[in-house]
Amino acid sequence: MADDVMARPASTVRAGTRRRPGRRSEQWAAWGFLLPVVTYLAAFYAYPLYRNLDLSLRHYTVRSFVQGGAPFSGLDNYRAVVQNATFGPALLHTVLFTGVSLIFQFGIGMALAVFFVNHFPLSGTLRALFLVPWLLPLIVSASTWSWMLNSDSGVVNWTLGLLGLDPVNWLTSPTWALTSVIIANIWIGIPFNLVVLHSGLQAIPTDIYEAAELDGASGWQRFRRVTFPLLRPVSAITLLLGLVYTLKVFDIIWIMTKGGPADSSTTFATWSYRFSFGNLLPQFGPGAAVGNLLILMAFAFGLLYIRIQRRQQS
Amino acid sequence: MTTSLTRHRALGCAVLTVSLACLTTACSHADSTSPATGSSGSGGTYAVWDPYPQFDDSSDWVKLLTKCGTDAGVAVKRTGYDTTDLTNKALLAAQQGTSPDLLIVDNPVISTLAEAGVLTTTGDIKLDTSGIEPNLLAAGQLDGKTYGVPIGANTLALYYNKKVLSAAKVDPATIKDWTSLTAALAKVKATGKKGITFSAIGTEEGSFQFLPWFWGSGADLTQLDSAQGVAALTLWTDWLKQGYAPNSVINNTQTTSWQEFATGNVAFSENGTWQLANAGKTGFDWGIIPIPSQAGGVAPAPTGGEFVTAPVQKDTGRYAATEKIIGCLTNADNALTTDTTLSYVAATEAVQQKQVAANPDLKVWVEAVKAAKGRTSDNLGTKYPRISEPMWTAFQSALSGGKSPKDALTAAQSTAAAAIK
Repeated sequence: MADDVMARPASTVRAGTRRRPGRRSEQWAAWGFLLPVVTYLAAFYAYPLYRNLDLSLRHYTVRSFVQGGAPFSGLDNYRAVVQNATFGPALLHTVLFTGVSLIFQFGIGMALAVFFVNHFPLSGTLRALFLVPWLLPLIVSASTWSWMLNSDSGVVNWTLGLLGLDPVNWLTSPTWALTSVIIANIWIGIPFNLVVLHSGLQAIPTDIYEAAELDGASGWQRFRRVTFPLLRPVSAITLLLGLVYTLKVFDIIWIMTKGGPADSSTTFATWSYRFSFGNLLPQFGPGAAVGNLLILMAFAFGLLYIRIQRRQQS
Repeated sequence: MTTSLTRHRALGCAVLTVSLACLTTACSHADSTSPATGSSGSGGTYAVWDPYPQFDDSSDWVKLLTKCGTDAGVAVKRTGYDTTDLTNKALLAAQQGTSPDLLIVDNPVISTLAEAGVLTTTGDIKLDTSGIEPNLLAAGQLDGKTYGVPIGANTLALYYNKKVLSAAKVDPATIKDWTSLTAALAKVKATGKKGITFSAIGTEEGSFQFLPWFWGSGADLTQLDSAQGVAALTLWTDWLKQGYAPNSVINNTQTTSWQEFATGNVAFSENGTWQLANAGKTGFDWGIIPIPSQAGGVAPAPTGGEFVTAPVQKDTGRYAATEKIIGCLTNADNALTTDTTLSYVAATEAVQQKQVAANPDLKVWVEAVKAAKGRTSDNLGTKYPRISEPMWTAFQSALSGGKSPKDALTAAQSTAAAAIK
């Protein structure tokens, strides 16, 4: 059905031009066919963004949320959010969570991608197995992680016990909670990096490697001087997508720790949710403000990506 | 060729118009088309939202709803939502003017929805609330107005594992106050089992579980860092330090805490009436004692359970049938069926007696419900959520060792005081 709709207008336009070569009607038709996209963008992108901005700039109570008439309060919500005691820790956790996750996801993903470039028996099967974290619903993987990391009955502490080590309160100690959710998130993110980088690697012509080998480049030199530079565009987009993806990770943290204990694994994403939905009395204004800060962060990195891409092209 | 082309074009236009129409209606506010008014006027379809997604159309609960609707001359269209989801759904629906005719909602949410002007008062729809226990009804009252009728109540008590206790030579009947409880936990620990599990998760669920101890010390929600409040939190913290309670309580929901108890390695579990059916499935002998207060006697536990409410409708003519349906759901015979299905204690004395006559196990629960107290009572209303959040942050940081109970509660008190100012 979707294909039908896509294909038909194009053929109609062409047929229409042949029959009536009026420039004006052609333009009208062009606008007509642009309209669905514009409406779609307006309804599903512009309007929600506008609403979120509006929410964050007004003083909403539950009453004014339902009845309307929330007074405009300028940047009050943002000020309140920044002055909140949770702001500092949440910002730090967001940066740590995103940064550390990205480094490890990308590093391990790259290592595995290089590993899988060489075909060996069962390499296809093994690669497919590495995709499992991606295929599992997040609720399943996050719950499994929280069972494994359970202080008293988790398999991780049991293993530590076998090795003669003291158990660690992975999810319930302020020092470990953030680390635990980062570990789970790295595990979930590796397949994405693996798949994208692997396909990037396959696009590099083999004769360059052959030439390098003939010139006497070692394995590491070939990776450092050939693979890495040629993979740069793919790496950049992988990192950017990974960043946007990781900034807004909510479900894993919420399922594993609820952002706790106290605030020790709260990131902007979980904090925003807690404002708007995690309390019996929702605070939509500050919740939207935190959400907008997240959007800004992602936006800044998007601009950075475009800049880097331009520089590479010129 | 030409005809086929025009037909194509006509088809393209049709597809375009339809998709546009869909788009524009999707983003415009649906003002008058409430799901309730789907079919015409009175005698039409009445929407009911409840937080019992575990029940399907073949359940006694939905059958009762349908029957009550039929008796009132309307068709009932029921939707079950997850309880945490329902508050937001209700607020959004009210914003869009699409509130259901009946909303069955967790009691601490009532004050929030009432504050938002979403709910009618019992006076508006002429509901009789005289038979209902005042301590239960209080959870649905704000500034002297009542916003619904409790469909039943549940609260917390201590389930115990008979085998574990007898192995530790503890007689549950001797547990009357905090000292005797802690002594019992120590004896259990000496036998290599865990003493007690509860849920201290950083959500409303954790606050719900902390309140019996908080109130049982004589503390008041308006002063979190009082000496009594600190005593309550110290009790929990010490249990963890001594190893009487597992460290996992910090992340436990009431369900995961129950699962720990169900392994048979834990002596006590702080849990609710809703686990009665599961208690029978554990395969070991169990019993229930009320949660003791610090000085002895039954501690006031928070009331759980839902209220039947009637959200505000544009067409006030609809209230007549709504009132009939609510009356039908909460009358003595049906309340007995409903509360048995939900494993709740009834909200009226008369039905409570019938329940105990049918099932003596419920006696402890009826007593606990009598001693129970609404979280939003004492006219706290929408201040309660602003106090509850700092409170759960406080016990989370004390239990995880981040702060001492005193420091944690002092910080919580200043946050709460600033939030409800």
